[in-house]
Amino acid sequence: MSDLNLRELHNTEFPIPDELQSNLAITSLSKVYNWSRRSSMWPLLFGLACCAIEMIGTAASRFDFSRFGMEVMRGSPRQSDLMIVSGTVTKKMIVPIVRLYNQMPEPKYVLAMGACASGGGPFKEGYNVVSGVDKYLPVDVYVPGCPPTPQALIHGLIALQKKIDGQSLANMDDVPWYGVGPSEPTPIPILGPDVIDPRQMDIIRRQAELAALGKPYGVRELPAPQMKAVVAAKGAAPAAAAADGGEVDAAKAERLRKREEALARKHAAKGE
Amino acid sequence: MTMYGQGILRGLTITLRHLVRTYFNDMRYMGKKYFNQSEFELRQGMKTEGIYTVQYPEEKIAVPERFRFTPFLVVEDADHPERPGEDWCTSCGICAKVCPPQCIWIVRGEDPVTKRPIPEPQAFYIDIDICMNCGYCAEFCPFDAIKMDHDYEMASYDRTTAHIHDKEKLSKPFSYWLNIAPTTANEEAEARGSWEHSDTVKSKKKAGVPSVAYTPTTDPSQVMQMIRATMPEPAPAAEAAPTAERSAAAVAQAGPSAEDALKAERLRKRQEALARKLSKEAGSQ
Amino acid sequence: MVIAAPQTVDVDVNAVIDKLKEKFPEAVKNDTRQGYKGVIVDKSKLVEVATSIRDEFGFDYLSSATGVDYLGIADEMEMVYHAYRTTGGPALVFKAQTPRDNPEIPSLIDVWPGVDFQEREVWDLYGIRFPGHPNLQRILLWEGFNGHPMRKDWKEAYFEEDHKPFESRWPAGHVHRIEEKNAYGHNVMYPADLDLSRLTDTSEESLYNSLGLGVDVQDLTGEGGIKTDRLVVNLGPHHPSTHGVFRMVVTLDGETIETLDPVMGYLHRNHEKIGERNSFLQNMPFTDRLDYISSMSNNLGYALAVEQLLALGARYQPPTYRAEVIRVLMAELTRIVNHLWSLGFLLNDLGAFFTPMLYANNEREKILDFFEATAGSRLMCNYMRFGGVFKDIPERIHSVVNMVNDKVRDYNTMDYLTEMINERLPRFMDEYERLLVNNEILKTRTVGVGVLPADRAIAYSTCGPLLRGSGVAYDIRRSDPYSIYPELDFDIPVGQNGDIYDRFMVRVYEIRESLRILKQILPRLERTKGEEVVSKFNYLGRVPIGESYGRVENPKGELGYYVVSAGDEKGPQNPWRYHIRAPSFINLTALGPMSKGYKVADVVTILGSIDIVLGETDR
Repeated sequence: MSDLNLRELHNTEFPIPDELQSNLAITSLSKVYNWSRRSSMWPLLFGLACCAIEMIGTAASRFDFSRFGMEVMRGSPRQSDLMIVSGTVTKKMIVPIVRLYNQMPEPKYVLAMGACASGGGPFKEGYNVVSGVDKYLPVDVYVPGCPPTPQALIHGLIALQKKIDGQSLANMDDVPWYGVGPSEPTPIPILGPDVIDPRQMDIIRRQAELAALGKPYGVRELPAPQMKAVVAAKGAAPAAAAADGGEVDAAKAERLRKREEALARKHAAKGE
Repeated sequence: MTMYGQGILRGLTITLRHLVRTYFNDMRYMGKKYFNQSEFELRQGMKTEGIYTVQYPEEKIAVPERFRFTPFLVVEDADHPERPGEDWCTSCGICAKVCPPQCIWIVRGEDPVTKRPIPEPQAFYIDIDICMNCGYCAEFCPFDAIKMDHDYEMASYDRTTAHIHDKEKLSKPFSYWLNIAPTTANEEAEARGSWEHSDTVKSKKKAGVPSVAYTPTTDPSQVMQMIRATMPEPAPAAEAAPTAERSAAAVAQAGPSAEDALKAERLRKRQEALARKLSKEAGSQ
Repeated sequence: MVIAAPQTVDVDVNAVIDKLKEKFPEAVKNDTRQGYKGVIVDKSKLVEVATSIRDEFGFDYLSSATGVDYLGIADEMEMVYHAYRTTGGPALVFKAQTPRDNPEIPSLIDVWPGVDFQEREVWDLYGIRFPGHPNLQRILLWEGFNGHPMRKDWKEAYFEEDHKPFESRWPAGHVHRIEEKNAYGHNVMYPADLDLSRLTDTSEESLYNSLGLGVDVQDLTGEGGIKTDRLVVNLGPHHPSTHGVFRMVVTLDGETIETLDPVMGYLHRNHEKIGERNSFLQNMPFTDRLDYISSMSNNLGYALAVEQLLALGARYQPPTYRAEVIRVLMAELTRIVNHLWSLGFLLNDLGAFFTPMLYANNEREKILDFFEATAGSRLMCNYMRFGGVFKDIPERIHSVVNMVNDKVRDYNTMDYLTEMINERLPRFMDEYERLLVNNEILKTRTVGVGVLPADRAIAYSTCGPLLRGSGVAYDIRRSDPYSIYPELDFDIPVGQNGDIYDRFMVRVYEIRESLRILKQILPRLERTKGEEVVSKFNYLGRVPIGESYGRVENPKGELGYYVVSAGDEKGPQNPWRYHIRAPSFINLTALGPMSKGYKVADVVTILGSIDIVLGETDR
């Protein structure tokens, strides 16, 4: 519906007379390229769980993401640019998901919709749940919520568009799919006694050796939280807290330092 | 006998009518259908016909008062005369216990000197990648200190840094809560009998000082004015705030004055944090 | 379309039990445990007793069959069966027990074919074997999975503690992501004897083996004619017509379906295991995520199940009349939401891409707005509580301008509801019926397709519009009533032919009947204004020992919750067993037989007419 807005494409470094502003734009190839890509993002018609209902709600007439050029939801991964992972990813389902992702042509994007897709959500502790699709696929945008409302999903889609806008054709890190050779497919997980990520074979082998020796395996012991030190740091000067060491302390001290700085800045501003 | 195909034709007239109606409907509004409060209300109500799309992000549909997204913690306003920036949370832990997916972690506040628990959380974390937005924390909080936020625009590019909310990120002033849910805030204040925190109400009752009486209102700014009008002038902060040495000396005495000093210091710290937060917010806008 | 209004039949279950004991004095005993109902049947005589229960006593409908692991209490495993009469009345509960090591219980599949998937599920999750079951494979997990996860001694990779709340959350709640504690950084756990030399995916092998491929090249025309082979097509788990992540492995002869194997578990998110760790109240928001289109009715079913248990105790306060009125209001609105959705998507499956869906969704959004204003969320309402609801309905559907929101709505709730129920929805249904009901294409595609005769529908334990479409007037709101349904005036629409069109029409008529109920609800809402509705249940409240089976007529069919409260003398805070009898799951038993002989395109429609939702199917 909306016609081409030239101002959107225009590079402000080059002045254009006012009367020509709606007829002429000086721009870069990257900008035109990104603009056309992000304005015709076709999502994969792919619903997993509860969030899919809100995704359909977003596609329906009340919220209508065709306003963003996304109305063409494709059933085939070959024709889609964006995978909206809308719901809980289970171990049984991650195999088809990785396969679908590999079948999508570059450039492709993944949006993790909702708490489950981002990090496992309320079902995280379940034995058949993958705690976040980003354990297997690179995720571009996370949309929190359980489920995110249609407006929250659109906010996430806009965030994705912004991300695309920021990519540059000149930078090969941004557009790796123009590199030499085919892009590397993500290895497909194996359903064994539990789901096996082929990229983790080394760790699995090491842990199997531990198991063979009868040592504890599969569990990583965390250092005990240094809560006492934090308590001390709270009352004392920030420098002292930093000297105590420890990750928690460092973060705390950093925050305290920032706070002091902000205060100093504020005082300085008042003084002027 | 009906003609074959009549059902299809009848259906097609209905879709055609829907199509035509959208144009007539748009014409009736003379181009003022969008970005206009009164038409928006009509468009989202029972009488809507034609296109009723919400033009997000240019116009956002306001969520109802009871809407729940992620939780936040209520703190007193920065300019509260008695306890600016103080937590409403007393770290009783009920929200962490009732949370169905167990996404809340609380470190109970501890007095650095006496090691006794104090009614204030030292740290408060919510992992919003686990949170299921059920609202139990807000429902069962006995101090009305944790509430469900209305801010759903939280999309991020990195979950490891953005999706664990710490106390700083969770804390929002009481006026914000009053702003997003005036009816519920009023109901709660009515139940407490005052606009103040229930602990303050109790301690004031003990001391014989009248607390801020509750009068129902729906205008948030009016409420805040009313609260302020009935409160004593705040003591100058500079006098109350002790230096680190002084507080250490006070600790050595370990009398009631030491506790006062520590409390004052906590207050000062909180004020600073809030000031920084506010300035940061102002900066980002 | 026939409208039936069956009356509640009083069945004296105790008399039936006495007769049963007379007939099988050796094999049948009363279940004398505190708070338990029904009889315990000796497992060697189970098939015989079950046949007698079905044929002589008329309990022809097996609602639910599930397992319980009593580790530490009786050190036994137990199968629990709930049988009903399709003419109405309460359940006959019977159980069979088996030792925990080498558990085995004879299969009831010859008595009630509807037990098929349920026994497979119990095998999958509990490891109880069912001799006599023709296809005892894992159903929710995959072949080769290590262990049977619902057993009480089975701990998952992210296991923290047996019961919530977890110790680490308060008072020294140092935040950690649980994957940081796992050596693999994932939610995985491998057995100590993991064979690293042979790591191939074998999860599909037995499935394809059971199809018996490659051996049946048929000679169609006799000598020298064309030889044909069967073709296997996988529909799903990623397929637009499967309404989620469901998979059908279809064997085709040309275009005609020979066999259809449903494969599920792609959304198995361990509801029941998590449910046993949760406190009773904590399960409530999880029930929202079962049938995520009709969360309000899910809440109601669970509330009823726990209220049955609470009623065993002394200090239980039942919900007030207004609370019941609000519950019915919500349940019926949910029914409309669900049926609108399912009608829209049935048409979608037929190729009427999106127009009927969009029209239906417009009205659905109106109801969701009311849910959002009342319960706080559009989909995940989490509204019912034990002995009440979360909060009374608000006076106004109201939102305020603030830093987050922009455009405001403000309607009087009662006006909003009245207009919706009395004017908007009836008007919409008139139009929707004109749009669809006599459409020739719809009729050609649906009349006479996917026929399920009444006796098969009962045998397969189907429920909801699927059962009623086949002409069985079984609706729990009438047959085994709950809440205030007995005093409401409504009818049960039933089909005659049991085809897709009948199911479609049953749903259309059920929306009409729901509107009829809602019109009776409105004056009751006005009348009871001001009555207390909020429940007094404590956040870690204790529930008396016993078992209960709470069931409601969900939009998709009979939703039952089998809840066991055991393990603590004072009354536990967590359920010992929390099982969901999911209508979508059990209705799928009939999918294979129903699709046989039809074309591939019809399968999509047949599945659409069952109206499944995967959150509930896989749990």
